[in-house]
Amino acid sequence: MSECMTESRLEKLFAAGEFVVTSEIGPLKSASAHNIIKHTEETKQYCHGFNLTDNQSAIVRLSSIAAAVHVLQHGGNPIMQMTCRDRNRLAMQSDLLGAYSLGVRNVLCLSGDHQSFGNHPTAKNVYDIDSIQLIAMVKKMRDEKKMLSGEEMKIEPRFYIGAVANPFGDPIELRVMRLAKKVRAGAQFIQTQAIFDVEKFSHWMELVCAAGIDGQVNIMAGVLPIKSVRALTYMKENVAGMSIPDVLIERMRNAENQQAEGIAITVEIIQQLRQIKGIKGVHIMPVAWESVLPEIVSKAGLLPREKAAE
Amino acid sequence: MIHKGKVVGFVCKFCALLNFDLGPAPEAAIHIEVVELPCAGRIDSRAVLTAFEHGADAVFVMGCPTHECMNINGSRRAEQRLLRVWEILGSVGLNRNRLVFYPVSGTEGPHLSQIARELEERVVQLGPNPLRLRRQGKELQEQ
Amino acid sequence: MIIAEQKPLAEIAESVQDVAKVLVVGCGGCVTVCLSGGENEAEVLASALRIKRGIDGIAGEVGQVTVERQCDPEYVAKLDTAVDGIDAVVSLACGVGVQFLAERYSKTVVVPAQNTKFAGGTVEHGVWEERCGLCGECVLAATGGICPIIRCSKSLLNGPCGGSAQGYCEVGKDIPCAWVMIYERLKKLGREASLCEIAAVKDWSKSRDGGPRKIVREDLRL
Repeated sequence: MSECMTESRLEKLFAAGEFVVTSEIGPLKSASAHNIIKHTEETKQYCHGFNLTDNQSAIVRLSSIAAAVHVLQHGGNPIMQMTCRDRNRLAMQSDLLGAYSLGVRNVLCLSGDHQSFGNHPTAKNVYDIDSIQLIAMVKKMRDEKKMLSGEEMKIEPRFYIGAVANPFGDPIELRVMRLAKKVRAGAQFIQTQAIFDVEKFSHWMELVCAAGIDGQVNIMAGVLPIKSVRALTYMKENVAGMSIPDVLIERMRNAENQQAEGIAITVEIIQQLRQIKGIKGVHIMPVAWESVLPEIVSKAGLLPREKAAE
Repeated sequence: MIHKGKVVGFVCKFCALLNFDLGPAPEAAIHIEVVELPCAGRIDSRAVLTAFEHGADAVFVMGCPTHECMNINGSRRAEQRLLRVWEILGSVGLNRNRLVFYPVSGTEGPHLSQIARELEERVVQLGPNPLRLRRQGKELQEQ
Repeated sequence: MIIAEQKPLAEIAESVQDVAKVLVVGCGGCVTVCLSGGENEAEVLASALRIKRGIDGIAGEVGQVTVERQCDPEYVAKLDTAVDGIDAVVSLACGVGVQFLAERYSKTVVVPAQNTKFAGGTVEHGVWEERCGLCGECVLAATGGICPIIRCSKSLLNGPCGGSAQGYCEVGKDIPCAWVMIYERLKKLGREASLCEIAAVKDWSKSRDGGPRKIVREDLRL
């Protein structure tokens, strides 16, 4: 992983052995990017890149590509997310070409939540290709300079390709095998779902390392700062694929200041995750709490050494 | 000539016919026509709807209590099948209470005369089948 | 078989409330097997419509007849006499039968009494589930006999997705995760290693996405 294939700042940082820190901005359900601009301006020096979600939870929001461009225009480093739910292979390739031409260099490929979760459950779902086929397609465009159809492109989009992993899914051996498939398809960095159960996560990482995957891809552990016990309990009961130990719920419930306790827990988790073999970075997802990023990053000792602008 | 309410009963031979002789009194406001079934479970939705189509003010199905059915599941199946018919009645403009299932034990439980009294009250309260009224050109009073 | 479910009676009645002579036509094919549109159901529907129209004061008559299948012109032709003079036909067939009737009786209003739902089978008496995605290029040999196109809510060919939990689809706990099932089935067959291969993108042009489909068997044409 010493030779960089793209201009992506993330790729360069990983190659240089940096512990990479990324965060996330959720676009709004309106034709305004003011929150994106605000968070980019205020927090870009606290992370190496921002994920821009793609109609997350199947709820219509300002598009990931547009959001990524707003981030670029204000000196941040965007990671565009692309799901398989809303676009067919034509729209995907078209959007990839467009995004690259506008300066986007990182793309995270994922299946996407089913539209029944969102605000337009009667929509037709697309799922023309799945996330693994999408990863392979982005790689083919970059390395073979070819569209999925085999047609050649004069100028190819050279994306740094990311994917997601769920360390708490079952059966676990099937999940590890699927992660290996993503890497073989071309995934270069992985962001995991939010981790609250570090022990369970370590077990998954052991299997991942035993399969040699840690040496082939840059794995970033996901963390999600919570500000109330209600938020934590809601996640435990309603969000699939989450593993939340009761001891954390107790800590939040008994805390004098739940927000402060939430921050402390997140910081502890980050510090524990840093010790795990194969973890090359952390992806902080401050859902509806983007302003907490600076505090968490500084308390966890993660302040990036370079400036945010490329 | 006093107009009598028309009631059709589908009656399981095991329990109901023991009470058959004790029918409604001649001065009762209803006339009951009985159709014998080998088992209440043999009740066919078509037969129930046909009875209403021909102007029945009420229809009942009588079978063994569901835990005592002589054919084990017949009575239970009958009641289950009637669920669909109750739904249809609601959709076509007939009060669901016009159809009733009576579990009757052969050895104890209400005699047919008691049931007849209950049916009479029911028919008087619900009024004639609106289909009959419509055919007679009368004003509809169905709830 | 094709599984259909009756429309609400109010909707069916409304679709023929403006006409006098109505004929309810049942189908002896799939909808008989899934107990929604056969001879019995045709008689029940006709009777229900007669009662409702009677109470609502709509003049006319409602008859019923059932044929072996409405998707075969030879059987449909047997309805000619019954349909003669009819203002509206209410077909209890799946969408296919309704269209065949409408094509033959082009001067008569033909309306569907059912919503055609899916291609599936009986899992227990009174319960039917979707099984086939009608994708036009069957991959069941590679997935241990479990269809990823229709049993996976996202039609993944390299599943499962991150939303699958405890063997269930993220869409609902009543939907088993097709990919967990596929994995378990292939494991039983000793073939789970095949899942390491990346399945290629699907050719959806063989499915409805390519336009209405047709099969011609020259060897069978008269």
